[in-house]
Amino acid sequence: MPEIIEKTLSYAESVNAALARALEERPETLLFGEDVAIPGGVFGVTKGLRRKFGERVFDTPISESAILGGAVGSAMFGRRPIVEIMWADFALVAFDQIVNQAANVRYVSRGALTAPLTVRTQQGNAPGACAQHSQSLEALFAHIPGIRVCMPTTNQDAYDLLLSAIWSDDPTIVIENRTLYHGAKQPVRIGGPVQAVGGVGLRRSGSDLTVVTWGAMQHRVLAAAERAAAEGIDAEVLDARWIRPLDLDSILASVQRTGRLLVVHEAHTIGGVGAEVVSRVVESGVRLSSPPVRIGALETRIPAAVQLAARVLPADEDILGAIRRVAHDVPAGRVEAMPVGAR
Amino acid sequence: MSEDTLLDVLEVMHRIRETEETITRLRLSEDIVGSVHLCNGQEAIYAGAVRALELSRDAVFPTYRGHGWAIACGVPPEAVLAELLGRESGISGGRGGSAYFTAPAYGMYGENSIVGAGAPIACGAALAGRFDGSGRVAVASFGEGAMNQGAVHEAMNFAAAMTLPVVFLVENNTYSELTPTRDVVRNDQFFRRASAYGMAGVRFDGNDPDAVRDAVADAVERCRNGAGPVLLEAMTQRIVGHYIGDVQHYRPAGELDAAIAAEPIARAERMARAAGVGDAELAALRQRVVDEVDRAAQAALAAPLADPATVEEHVYA
Ligand SMILES: Cc1ncc(C[n+]2csc(CCOP(=O)(O)OP(=O)(O)O)c2C)c(N)n1
Repeated sequence: MPEIIEKTLSYAESVNAALARALEERPETLLFGEDVAIPGGVFGVTKGLRRKFGERVFDTPISESAILGGAVGSAMFGRRPIVEIMWADFALVAFDQIVNQAANVRYVSRGALTAPLTVRTQQGNAPGACAQHSQSLEALFAHIPGIRVCMPTTNQDAYDLLLSAIWSDDPTIVIENRTLYHGAKQPVRIGGPVQAVGGVGLRRSGSDLTVVTWGAMQHRVLAAAERAAAEGIDAEVLDARWIRPLDLDSILASVQRTGRLLVVHEAHTIGGVGAEVVSRVVESGVRLSSPPVRIGALETRIPAAVQLAARVLPADEDILGAIRRVAHDVPAGRVEAMPVGAR
Repeated sequence: MSEDTLLDVLEVMHRIRETEETITRLRLSEDIVGSVHLCNGQEAIYAGAVRALELSRDAVFPTYRGHGWAIACGVPPEAVLAELLGRESGISGGRGGSAYFTAPAYGMYGENSIVGAGAPIACGAALAGRFDGSGRVAVASFGEGAMNQGAVHEAMNFAAAMTLPVVFLVENNTYSELTPTRDVVRNDQFFRRASAYGMAGVRFDGNDPDAVRDAVADAVERCRNGAGPVLLEAMTQRIVGHYIGDVQHYRPAGELDAAIAAEPIARAERMARAAGVGDAELAALRQRVVDEVDRAAQAALAAPLADPATVEEHVYA
């Protein structure tokens, strides 16, 4: 195990550092996908890895079924493939390999075979992106028993969660976000023990309500939480960075203290992971002082025009409104009527 | 090609190029945002192909690199520019943006941002033609990189097995984004795959609008005569990046210069000159298109933005 050192890295560099460590420490790893090797990735995330690790890092044709199937098959035969699907939207052309194939390897062989593969992908809206390049699809992956799903948002998590995924003996989807890749550099601890999968990140401590979120949306949530604080609402923000397995215990511990729950995600709400979080909290029997609320994208397609997409996706104002609603227990639609600061 | 036809084709190619150049300026000034894929260098394919199609009944299914197809099909540059600018007057009202707009009124049934996805849909359009009496031919146009996508293999066999009138038109610009496509296939002569499906396959110079028109006309005739699908491979080069901002570090030295020397507009101008068209006439033709696209850009910029209050429309019947 390499000793812990601290480096100042961007999100993309943190992913790159995790990949480099995995390729270095585990000779059974492979890294492949479209444009990942010689070009170094369309977002520059895998730069330099081909040069350093040679033919274990390679470019593929535009063939997602073969990429994912190649991962499943090589994993069954002792490799530990890490593959890139450039956009989560493109996983849909090869969804079979995840849902019907990867998820069943261990099950149907009763453990004689395993599929320790990692799919790195990225998702979400960015300015100008079309309906086929903007979706947040974590619920589709997380619906499948046998598949693990995480969504790293901090640079540290970009490093840590990817390593946990690679070290995990189950097929694991790591959903990144392209708007984060080249953001601010942050100190990142490199090296040290690889963490087991699971767990939440505490992003803000608070006592009035628990806001559960994940993915890039949490930056808006944190901004809204600061504005709420100025109104006297003290929100706790949890990053449910592992969607499956979901760390329900940590969420419940927080909700038990605050008695109020808001879930915010970029994905659509119907059938989303937010529905799962709310259901599990309600089913637990924990006492809530106000009805739980979840917000996500409007139930429509995601338009390319920026001002249209801004209406579809949760905005800071929407999140702040929802925080007020949960904190003050006001019915939907009456949030604006609350005098600011009233409790 | 007669002189008149050559000048018509040249005008269409200028209209496409000027629109792409205008888009580049608007992208760099950030009036347009997001990822934009230009077709500079590939214009002869669109300008040549549409001459062999009847767009009132035929259907074209291009890709995200589809601005040129749209303009060749007759979509006004203003409607394309307005689309990229998020205007209500955009061809898809700002919903599609650069990579995913559609213009069914012009026979252009949508860009597609999922590589290869248009090919099976083109089969469906051809299938419908079997029942609606239209005699429609469907054109699925995509890059050679898409030839490695499962959906495209399925579409080719589907069309061949059912003798569907589909023209699979490969715009072979030799790159799958940043990777040379020859590095990820054993045989990069894609037209040769046709025989495995029981189709005719033809490779030709995609920078020569005449060659494109002839190849597409032959394919369309076969389709209309009930002989089934055809695979066409138009050899070309993009003379710009995969997207605006792509620095193209992956291109070997000299390749881009050679591509620029062979690009279709300069070449058509050389042919026109050889046929006796004067420099002044050629310059005037280009200037007319430059002015037209310029006016289109000003109109598009002045048009109102698409209204956020409408975002929930058109999701269900
Ligand atoms: C299913 C799918 N996989 C990957 C991508 C990402 N992608 C967009 S364009 C492209 C390259 C396509 O190359 P080619 O088909 O040759 O067309 P060109 O871009 O050269 O016109 C790739 C890989 C995508 N849009 N859809």
